Amino acid sequence: MEAVPILRVGDVLMVSIQVDLHDQLAERLAGDVADAVAKHDPKGVLIDISGVEVVDTFIGRVLGHIAQLARLMGSRVVLVGMRPAVAITLVELGMDLPGIETALNVDRGFRALGLEPPG
Amino acid sequence: MTSVLVEVLNGAGEELVDRWVSLQTESVLFRADLLAPEQVREESSAFVSQLCESLERSGAVDPEATLDGEPWEGMRAFLAALFRSRAQRGFEPDEVAEFLLLFKLPLFEALQKELGEDPAKLVDAVWDATRLMDRLGLYTTQVYARAKEEVIARQREELLELSTPVVTLWEGILALPLIGTLDSQRTQQVMEVLLQEIVDQEASVAILDITGVPTVDSATAQHLVRTMRAARLIGAECIISGIRPQIAQTMVTLGIDLGQVESRSTMAGALRVAFSRRGRKVVATGEA
Repeated sequence: MEAVPILRVGDVLMVSIQVDLHDQLAERLAGDVADAVAKHDPKGVLIDISGVEVVDTFIGRVLGHIAQLARLMGSRVVLVGMRPAVAITLVELGMDLPGIETALNVDRGFRALGLEPPG
Repeated sequence: MTSVLVEVLNGAGEELVDRWVSLQTESVLFRADLLAPEQVREESSAFVSQLCESLERSGAVDPEATLDGEPWEGMRAFLAALFRSRAQRGFEPDEVAEFLLLFKLPLFEALQKELGEDPAKLVDAVWDATRLMDRLGLYTTQVYARAKEEVIARQREELLELSTPVVTLWEGILALPLIGTLDSQRTQQVMEVLLQEIVDQEASVAILDITGVPTVDSATAQHLVRTMRAARLIGAECIISGIRPQIAQTMVTLGIDLGQVESRSTMAGALRVAFSRRGRKVVATGEA
């Protein structure tokens, strides 16, 4: 079964979503992130959604859930690389993900977590 | 009945065109500045031959039938091209309408010459001809209006593009001077342009300057808030600048809340905030 890979980079978990999330995949991702956070106790989780071109309210909600659950387990979530069109859609859907930190790209995401980007 | 028209048109030929052209060029509505008499002649005889062709092809048709059919295709294309170009060259509606309206007189004269002995037939023929000319006239009105609308739409688009320049103030700091009323279409455009620039330039702060926005009501504020939310989602912060005293008063009176957005009365103040976000500050050098 397909899954979104979760990589560990130093103290950070990188989740790079390169496909359009369908409902099942999104739900599975939430569970996987929760497990990975429990296992590695990272400083933060970077979710790169630069590959996502289409979102709906469900996906928006799942992203919100992931951020919430990671926070509950003591790590921060930064959403990075959102495309302009996706941002406009989310705002129009009234889902502006108020609790989630955002950054323009992965580099900035590391800095937002107070870390130097690797390399 | 149609065949009578064709006969008359063919019979009268050049004479009819001459009469029509002189009517047009002598009319008070004639635009000598935009049209040469030779061109009028050319267009007029092209119209008459096109009319003959369409009438012949449509055969003895129901006079109530519309111009939608295939036989009239050539005529529609001819009129559309002619009137579109006139509309774009700045002819007024009455000036373009004259073209077809003045055709009635020479046409009726020709019909009278042909059918003068038979009043009943003449009345029928005149009525058919009138119906036909009116329908052509209505069609040209449509074409003219549509051409005008296209011009307006294009200007509107150009205006939109002109009015949303994104300026790079500093590395990572963008400014967007908004001028004119912010409606939802405009906001959409602003949002798209701004977000794309943020991504392209990897900017982290964007200053929305509303000095040039005449009034801020709750709808405008809503549009601004949406733009800022979208910018935040892609990882940039927005600062509002150019909040003039009257605007501030209106906003407070209307109970408009911009949320936790930083706002300043001047662009300079906003730029200072932007610098501090980027870990920079402006210092005096001590020189004059």
